[in-house]
Amino acid sequence: MRVLTGCPGKLVIMIHAYSMYGTNLVLDVSSGAVHVFDDTAFRVLKCFGQDGRLEEEKISKLREEFPEREIREAVDEIRTLISEGLLFSGDIYEEHLPQWTRNTVVKALCLHIAHDCNLRCKYCFAGTGEYLGERSLMSLEVGMRAIDFLIENSGNRRNLEVDFFGGEPLMNFDVVKGIVHYARTRERDCKKNFRFTITTNVLLLDKDKRDFINEHMDNVVLSIDGRKEVNDAMRQRLDGTGCYDRILPLAKTMVEERGHENYYVRGTFTRNNLDFGEDVLHLADEGFEQISVEPVVASADSGLDIREEDIPRACAEYKRLAKIYAERRASGRWFNFFHFMLDLEGGPCIAKRLRGCGSGTEYLAVTPEGDIYPCHQFVGQPRFLLGSVFKGFSGNPEREEFCNSNVYEKPECRACWAKYYCSGGCAANAWKFNRDIKKPYRVGCELEKKRIECALWIKAKEAR
Amino acid sequence: MKHIKTINGKTLNRDIKKAGCGECQTSCQSACKTSCTVANQKCEKE
Repeated sequence: MRVLTGCPGKLVIMIHAYSMYGTNLVLDVSSGAVHVFDDTAFRVLKCFGQDGRLEEEKISKLREEFPEREIREAVDEIRTLISEGLLFSGDIYEEHLPQWTRNTVVKALCLHIAHDCNLRCKYCFAGTGEYLGERSLMSLEVGMRAIDFLIENSGNRRNLEVDFFGGEPLMNFDVVKGIVHYARTRERDCKKNFRFTITTNVLLLDKDKRDFINEHMDNVVLSIDGRKEVNDAMRQRLDGTGCYDRILPLAKTMVEERGHENYYVRGTFTRNNLDFGEDVLHLADEGFEQISVEPVVASADSGLDIREEDIPRACAEYKRLAKIYAERRASGRWFNFFHFMLDLEGGPCIAKRLRGCGSGTEYLAVTPEGDIYPCHQFVGQPRFLLGSVFKGFSGNPEREEFCNSNVYEKPECRACWAKYYCSGGCAANAWKFNRDIKKPYRVGCELEKKRIECALWIKAKEAR
Repeated sequence: MKHIKTINGKTLNRDIKKAGCGECQTSCQSACKTSCTVANQKCEKE
């Protein structure tokens, strides 16, 4: 693995070169160009300095291993890529940043419909659903006011998003229905388009709720961790029994009724199942085609957190999964793993890639009482209380920190080859582990980088 | 090219002036609620 950086003419140049299963991949960080090098060209590339210039003394040593003609061909091809802006290109984005950070509006709310839950998942960042507070349910009045707040603060944005979250939102589903109907009555007059999503543990997903969700929700996230023994060790009812046998058939029915579109089954892995690839494959074997399984975010005292010493094994598991994933997709057993998804041709624009998820700015969480926090993971922490849907933003200076957060404001990110893919990482994780939203969570970074390497390798395999 | 195959061109620096419309989906509204995964989101203009 090799990262080169340099800054001739003040522009930062960075490439990331690595080999995976015998394929040599080279990412030109600033342009987003991705190349597959043969072994000769890969070795020749290492003879180029940080400024993209060939270092002759290095190339002379290569002549002992490779024919002169092959070396010259590779040098010419590399120089062609450089001249076309596809290799050793400079970072030209920082000067554009001000135009993308001013006039920030709100476009997405995570509504905490219920600070209560009918499960007691052992890794839950929401405690047992109550988020450091008391158990409570959002009223329709608060929900409607949240819709008004979103419209009022959305400027010219047409597409607005509302995620019904918890705790468990199905425990307060009449309010979910009421909020959806209210938003629909407002969107035409306000020239807005609401997109609804819901994240549920599936337990209460009866026919009535499924029908409503399928009619009104653009996306549904169904929580299940994978194998029965893995799921049931973490996702337990109040009486300690696992929920797998109840939720698996209900999730299948839901997906079937949605036509296998616009959903994710989503799981969490902990240090207790670093063979999480088996859980991804189990969900695929059960017929799910849209799968997300994420590393847990938990404190060290939980015993479940992914630790520094777990990184090599977790990365090896991503690599193992990538190989099986590519083989299955090539053999007609297609499924999509959310964390290997990468749209190289399209994908988000550079403005989004620099600023990330938008927590605290474009994206906010609203509690059952109407309080506003930067995102769902900050809920209940007084320092990050930003206001309420009734009184608006309180002027808490913490919001400015989120508005000013981008990859250039984070030294670790500025120097990282993966910054345009993770976009600076999760602010909540950074705060949880480093007490600084601009200092990324290292374990999360290492896993993210491995996922991106795997995703690029999969793209190379599928491009052949 | 004989030694190098380009599987993706320079996609990040195209249309810089048109970037930042903000109409796309927020990443945490899709399927990640505990890790930031931005690059797999779709551009609303595509």
